[in-house]
Amino acid sequence: MTVLDTKDESLPRAEHPAAEAWRVFRSRPAALFGLLLLSIIVIVSLFGPVLYAVDPFEIVWAPLTPPFETETAILGTDNLGRDMLAGLIVGGRATLLVGVTAALITIIIGILVGALAGYYLGWVDDVLMRITEFFQVLPPLLFAMVLVTLFSPSLPVVAMSIGIVSWPATARLARAEFMRIRGLEYVSAGRSIGARDGRLIWRVILPNALAPLIVSATLTIGVAILFEAGLSFLGLSDPNTMSWGLMIGSGRQYVLDAWWVVTLPGAMIFLTVLGVSLIGDGLNDAFNPKLRER
Amino acid sequence: MLLWTVIRRLIYSVILVVAVLVLNFLLIHLAPGDPADVIAGEMGGATEEVLASIRKAYGLDQPLYVQLWVYLKAAAGGDLGQSFFYNAPVIDLILDRVGATLLLVFTALGFAIVVGTTLGVIASRKPTGIVSNLVTVISVIGYSAPIFWTGIMLIIVFASLIPLFPISNMYDVTKSVGPFGYALDVAHHLVLPAFTLGIVYLAQYSRLTRASMLEVLGSDYIRTARAKGVSERKVYGRHALRNAVLPIITIAGLQFGGIVSGAVLVETVFNWPGLGTLAFDSILARDYPTILGILFFSAVIVIVANLITDLLYRVADPRIRMAK
Amino acid sequence: MTVLKVDNIVVDFATRRGNARVLDHVNLEVNEGEILGIVGESGCGKSMTALSIMGLVPSPPGNLTSGSIYLEGRDLVGLSKDEMREIRGNEIGMIFQEPMSSLNPVFTVGEQIAESVRLHENASQRAAWERAVEMLRAVGIPEAEVRAKSYPHQLSGGMRQRVMIAIALACNPRVLIADEPTTALDTTVQAQIFDLLEELQKSRGTAIVLITHDMGAVAQLADRVAVMYAGRIVETGTVEQVLTMPRHPYTEGLIACVPHLQPDPPEKREPLLEIPGVVPSLTELGDGCAFAPRCNRALATCTGRQPVLKTEGNGHATACWAVEAELENV
Repeated sequence: MTVLDTKDESLPRAEHPAAEAWRVFRSRPAALFGLLLLSIIVIVSLFGPVLYAVDPFEIVWAPLTPPFETETAILGTDNLGRDMLAGLIVGGRATLLVGVTAALITIIIGILVGALAGYYLGWVDDVLMRITEFFQVLPPLLFAMVLVTLFSPSLPVVAMSIGIVSWPATARLARAEFMRIRGLEYVSAGRSIGARDGRLIWRVILPNALAPLIVSATLTIGVAILFEAGLSFLGLSDPNTMSWGLMIGSGRQYVLDAWWVVTLPGAMIFLTVLGVSLIGDGLNDAFNPKLRER
Repeated sequence: MLLWTVIRRLIYSVILVVAVLVLNFLLIHLAPGDPADVIAGEMGGATEEVLASIRKAYGLDQPLYVQLWVYLKAAAGGDLGQSFFYNAPVIDLILDRVGATLLLVFTALGFAIVVGTTLGVIASRKPTGIVSNLVTVISVIGYSAPIFWTGIMLIIVFASLIPLFPISNMYDVTKSVGPFGYALDVAHHLVLPAFTLGIVYLAQYSRLTRASMLEVLGSDYIRTARAKGVSERKVYGRHALRNAVLPIITIAGLQFGGIVSGAVLVETVFNWPGLGTLAFDSILARDYPTILGILFFSAVIVIVANLITDLLYRVADPRIRMAK
Repeated sequence: MTVLKVDNIVVDFATRRGNARVLDHVNLEVNEGEILGIVGESGCGKSMTALSIMGLVPSPPGNLTSGSIYLEGRDLVGLSKDEMREIRGNEIGMIFQEPMSSLNPVFTVGEQIAESVRLHENASQRAAWERAVEMLRAVGIPEAEVRAKSYPHQLSGGMRQRVMIAIALACNPRVLIADEPTTALDTTVQAQIFDLLEELQKSRGTAIVLITHDMGAVAQLADRVAVMYAGRIVETGTVEQVLTMPRHPYTEGLIACVPHLQPDPPEKREPLLEIPGVVPSLTELGDGCAFAPRCNRALATCTGRQPVLKTEGNGHATACWAVEAELENV
């Protein structure tokens, strides 16, 4: 007897995976909202300071003036009398820059370690995974605090520290993907025609492992921004570069007298990370074949 | 068989602890400047007398491996160095504070696990229902909001608008009368910090439970249970949940370092007298021995927590229990 | 005496492409101590018939639209959830296709059998456990006392299916539904499981509904057989009638696919036959016979009107216009 499929005799047209992913992504209102939110924040950060050319370090009005009391500083002033609005507009640059850089560092270390461990297995895997586990027992924020304290709170050090403390999760994910894919037929086929390891790792397996890694990379940007904010809150950010984290860090003592000094920059971080994570969720749905048909 | 596993894991844990000590040692030497300065905690500001005594105590004039040996030997005896800022042994400072941090972390974790899995199970009964959507919303917000910001928002709300819970410190001397009164007062002070720390993980666990329950509920053995005539309540509570919590145990173990990190921020926000506020204060004072001691000690806490979750997982999942 | 009677049941599924009639006026009767085989290709409604009897049609999207299911004269359709639960595992037991995943990985097999006993009988924990061990022995598991404490992952596929049978029979049900019980197993193990089912059926007198696409198994085990196609029963009768004198072109095709079952084994080995075409989508069924597009004997009537089961004097029934015309002409 022939084994026949009853579900679908009319096979759907072949669609480019990226086009299909975009079609699913587009159908999620939450994902589109996240994309819109992040786009606005990025555009304002890039072009806002040109249109609203107020020095965020300049003292413009009486300290701790509430929002909507003076036209000079429409969103109020901080504890030194600096314009909140100017800080919010310009502060996104440093926060986003550190977030994206740190996420890149995380992804690069993570994929490198995960790919080598998951491809070679054996003692390479053992050694790399022990190192990964070692990094995972160090509470990431505390470790980053130590690094930044020891090596000066400049933006590159902050980004580097965040990358160094957060790669293990990415490495584990990459390793699992590489282990799964290396056993598939097309990798064996590649090996049987004499492809070198390097080619198999980067040209054959990596492209096929990319979907979950892209999702994780997106979410990592959000985590990195939260890290940067946390370090800033503890006073570990570059005091000479205006960032949302710096605003929170310098305003935290005045919370009970002036709600806006921390609430506003915190809300900006929240909205940015919200946008990033909604996009990440949308990408996850878009790349996950199990969820596509729902 | 289980005993062997425990012994193997214990040895591995000890190796990890030593590795963290080595890292601490390397950090002191990698940091810019004279290690003696770093240990004194004042870059270039310490008196020559203090520096000389440090060099002698740590053997800084000897080869590096000798210094490492001296450092490890001291640590094995519980000596994590001297805080020149507090003028006290680091280990004493830490032991003084660790209880408060553990209380905060475990309360938050318990809250997150109990409420999170409950919400997740309820949500899994109706994948498109109100609770399901609520779980999705909470999890996205919980994931995106900076934890210290959530805490500060709560402080703003509870400081003046709804003065139900204290917003700072661990107890109030005037209200802590007798051991029972003290416990009650601490519990009262614990509400906001534990909630702030817990909500992040509650968000993750509820979402994870929902996903994992939905997967388990679609499995063949649930169909078998129904075919046996098991009631829906027991299908969820006994057959499905036992399997669905397995990934939660794994995640909670893996995240323990993250929870301790979150506690640092929450403690700072609510002035909770634990390791986090100690870390914050020692960073302000550039008190390196203390901050490195805290890093070491919290890594030990994570190692112990991982050991416990690992064993817990083996008890919960017979497939793993038998495997090794 | 009839133990189980499926009377004209209709099951509909709401799908994105519209309503799918998964079961279309299905009638079945199972007598005491009898094995009834239900055969057909994947998706023909065999398993859905079983789930309907168990009251486990996934809803939504499924819905038992009309019809009745009588267990010893009592209509199961319309029973409350609790009443139905009392019947499942107690009066009707069921085993499934996938023994590897059908047992809960976190409980011992003994616990899983004992649970069934405790659910339906007022047994103490100890008594239920003893029954579990006894059941394991009955399904031919060696060292039953030890094996009862095993977890499913420690047993082979055949062993697990034996455990499933033990669970299903623990409360001495009137009817056992076996949904492709051997599909996932090795050929040698398949034969063992079939032998076990036959033996248990004889010793306990349980009626069995054997769902399978394996005509050989039907020939070996069943007393009567029903052939299903696209949610309908197209032919039913005793095994002898249906296998030696198949009427419906679909049944003929099914038998032709299994070489050694052909009435006159050809001297020369001919290439294996297959039925051309595919099973139609249930949302796109027209007015005519669902098999007509694949049928080599289709008449003009076949695409216009739905044939109904016509019973010959000896109880052999077929739903086919071509067969009907032929029989009239004789």
